[in-house]
Amino acid sequence: MSDSIVWIVLFPLFGAVACALGGAISKKICYPVSVLSMVATVWVSVDTLFQAIESPIHEISYILGGWSLDLFPRGVGIEFRADLLGALIALVVTGVGLIVALYSKVPVQRETPGKEPMYYGLFLLQISGLAGIALTGDAFNLYVLIEVAALTGYGLIALGTNRAAAATFNYIILGTIGASFYLLGVGYLYLKTGTLNMVGIREVIEAHGLFDSPAMQVAFVLVLLGILIKMAFFPFHAWLPNAYCHAPTTTSCLLAPLVTKVMIYVMIRMVLTVFGVEFSFESTWWTEFLPWLVVVAIVCAAVMALAQREIKRMLAYLIVAEVGYMVGGVWIYNYYGLIGSVFHIISDACMTLCLFLGAGIILEKCKTTHFNGLRGLFSKMPLTMIGFFIGGFSIIGLPPTCGFFSKWYLITGGMVSERWEYMITLMFSTMVMVVLFFRLIERIHLAVDESGKNLGKGHGDLGLTKQQTRFDEAPLSMLIPLLLAASVVLLVGVYNQEVVDQIEVFLQPFNLPTGVKYE
Amino acid sequence: MNDPVIVEDIRPLIALLAPWAGMIGIIWAGEKRANLREMFTFIAASVQAAVVLSLVPIILSGAVVEFHIWQIFSQVPMLLRVDGPGLLFACVASVLWIATTLYAVGYMRGLHEHAQTRFYSFFALSLSATMGVAFSANLLTIYFFYEMLSVSTFPLVTHMQDKQARTGGRTYLGYLLFTSLCLLLPALSWCYVWLDGGNMTMDFMADVGKVGHFGETTQIVLLFLFTFGFAKAGLMPAHSWLPGAMVAPTPVSALLHAVAVVKVGVFCVYRVYADVFGPEVLARMGGEEWAMVIASATIIISSLIALSQDNLKRRLAFSTIGQLGYIVLGAAIATDRGQGGAVLHIAMHACGKITLFFCAGAIFVASGKKYVSELRGIGRKMPLTMGAFMIGSLSVIGLPPLGGFISKWYLALGALDRDAMWVVIVLLISSLLNVFYLLPVAVTAFFRTPETEKDSALKEAPWPCVVPLLLTALGCFLLFFWSDTLLQMVGLQP
Repeated sequence: MSDSIVWIVLFPLFGAVACALGGAISKKICYPVSVLSMVATVWVSVDTLFQAIESPIHEISYILGGWSLDLFPRGVGIEFRADLLGALIALVVTGVGLIVALYSKVPVQRETPGKEPMYYGLFLLQISGLAGIALTGDAFNLYVLIEVAALTGYGLIALGTNRAAAATFNYIILGTIGASFYLLGVGYLYLKTGTLNMVGIREVIEAHGLFDSPAMQVAFVLVLLGILIKMAFFPFHAWLPNAYCHAPTTTSCLLAPLVTKVMIYVMIRMVLTVFGVEFSFESTWWTEFLPWLVVVAIVCAAVMALAQREIKRMLAYLIVAEVGYMVGGVWIYNYYGLIGSVFHIISDACMTLCLFLGAGIILEKCKTTHFNGLRGLFSKMPLTMIGFFIGGFSIIGLPPTCGFFSKWYLITGGMVSERWEYMITLMFSTMVMVVLFFRLIERIHLAVDESGKNLGKGHGDLGLTKQQTRFDEAPLSMLIPLLLAASVVLLVGVYNQEVVDQIEVFLQPFNLPTGVKYE
Repeated sequence: MNDPVIVEDIRPLIALLAPWAGMIGIIWAGEKRANLREMFTFIAASVQAAVVLSLVPIILSGAVVEFHIWQIFSQVPMLLRVDGPGLLFACVASVLWIATTLYAVGYMRGLHEHAQTRFYSFFALSLSATMGVAFSANLLTIYFFYEMLSVSTFPLVTHMQDKQARTGGRTYLGYLLFTSLCLLLPALSWCYVWLDGGNMTMDFMADVGKVGHFGETTQIVLLFLFTFGFAKAGLMPAHSWLPGAMVAPTPVSALLHAVAVVKVGVFCVYRVYADVFGPEVLARMGGEEWAMVIASATIIISSLIALSQDNLKRRLAFSTIGQLGYIVLGAAIATDRGQGGAVLHIAMHACGKITLFFCAGAIFVASGKKYVSELRGIGRKMPLTMGAFMIGSLSVIGLPPLGGFISKWYLALGALDRDAMWVVIVLLISSLLNVFYLLPVAVTAFFRTPETEKDSALKEAPWPCVVPLLLTALGCFLLFFWSDTLLQMVGLQP
């Protein structure tokens, strides 16, 4: 299909309408409709990715409304562009969407009974917005899609437990501030360059030598600030833990892997495609200090993750730390760091998905995600635990999960740029992750209780009742998506080179420093 | 050096996957069909040993066997390669796995241990990882299997699931993961990016000595990142995890902490010294002297600590730390005979030390005794066990006609090759210390009269416990008489 790129956004959009309207007739159709539309979406995004790989310039473009790109500066109109980066991210978004859609059957019925049409409508719109962010080639259109994703996100979170409303309100305030900053920045860009097309903006910057223009600098700061708030970069992270913790299970499974990661993508897009490497790294003296901010961000988030006693909250703070990884990977400014950042978007989406799916199952079966409720779960739900801990090992960065490879590139990047502070922070946070996950293993395997005491008396006596350790696995509609996600984590790790090859093709034209010393 | 003939063969992969297949069988059979389950372990172990042993003639003819699994990075494949030292290590580990399985059956059933299915499954997994390390052809592959071993042995170390197990498990993982993630990983990516214009394959055969292109300081820093990064080698001060891990059931201590885990550590260090730095670079860099000093200090200090330990398993654990020091020392000597002696010592010490651990476990099964001071007169009740203990001790001390003698001999020769007389003195002192902390155990058992009369009902442990330890004691003799083949494998004899 030559226009498959548009269908990535349209399939979920139509699916959302079908759910909302059809749901009025029968609530039962919502689940199959959304799964079907996600299958179709994944299909077209795979198709788009292969089209982009096969195309000679490694990107495909679709002009909505058939306006002309030939002017200078480029005119105003919406263009969908899928270069290798955009197509990869779109595939990640839709793939995660499909797995979560499959998973949603039981939790949505239990947590939001009677509201399925509304829920699935918002769910599909969310995916439509996020996939659109990855594909659009227009800076203002990007804002619109960010708002689509954000507004539906507010709705999805607010459907959660009692405290979800307050968390959503918090999120709305911060999200709106972030989006406003971004919009303001785009306004400056339009004033100065006369175009909103991403490539068009860079053409003007380079043609007119706008590298030192104060207006452009202001635009850059505003855009960057907006994105950093949206991606929950520390200290703008306050909205995230509560929002993801109190949201319905399916919502946190969908939002946690995607929203922050897609915003990292937007940052990379702005840095590389819109402002250009020369502007972003060479004409702005202060970006050199961003890795130090990253250090603070990762350390604080990791320490706060340590303080949590509930799986979902702990994972939420982990996301904040991972955001720090990726932001750092961009601003240490070299080839390997950027490969690491992009690859970490993909792998972090996979492993966060895995962990949240696992946490959702634990919540479903044990009615709590507090550490106290975890004892003896290895015997109760062995498959769920295997899936969950594959995600955990990936966060730690044990080979051959995908987390190892993204960390490998990030560490390498830090080393090549000689940003030792960033590298050491990565090590530190890796050790924190080891503590976090092996503490969970201790709670589960050794039946350590909240006060830190061991209940086990050795020889298999864990101080647990028969009921607590009886084999009682999650329903298949939840288990299969989890195992699917876990195998994706392993497969992306094993075949990392195939993914990295595409990222390298994308990064080649930008001439980033590689820092190789020995010939 | 001529490039050896390379033979493509799937057998290394089979040796790697046999434990996985065994594990599936073990889980399928489960707790209710214990005999069937143990049979799967035996089948997996035998298949693995048979496959590994069938590779011996190929290696002895001077060829190496390779198998390409998949491409990790564009330049770095996941590649299995069987060469002399690797095969020697693999032979030791897989043959001893059979003995340990037999022993484990006796031990675990004798003590009515819980969760034996989990125990045998993870045991199989860790053997798979050990094979992977032995057959790795480059640094990244070896790192993968090294990490896999750390994680798959954690459930074994914490098998008892009580407070002690938790402390032991924490120390174990804390040390191993901290060193491998924070020291080893940077060292690996350092080599990867900055060598050869980013085209580094990290291969043990093709890229030996490329590290020599770095500056002197960088080389030394790298050497130590690697040496301490492989903390399984138990070099001081990164050794404390080993005594902590002694909370595990004895078969685990025996196989993993005298054979697989610690030997994987020293084998990795050997690989780095011999096949990443290479003897030439190592001999001219200046940092290897430090490594030798640290290894010697480890040998002496740990032997002194062992002297003061009353808990038999702890005493053996510190003895292991000292013996591992020999291997690191031999690798750092950077002469052919020194490095060959190091590899030989992996085999010789494995056979001797596993006998000692088996005996410690057998004593525990038969009498519940853990401390050396409780063993008075026990030798008269358990003559086979304590006789084997005597043989194991003598082999570890290094007396002919036992295996331990050969490797110590070559270590000393290697040291003399580079005029390092002090190393020979260290070896002598440490052998004396070995005598002091090992022989009293057997002597107490045979010649002191028992304190109480209640031990009169004591008899040998069940036969599955006793047979393996007799076999490994016999192995100590055989290794001495078959040392020609071993020497040929490590390239010390044509």
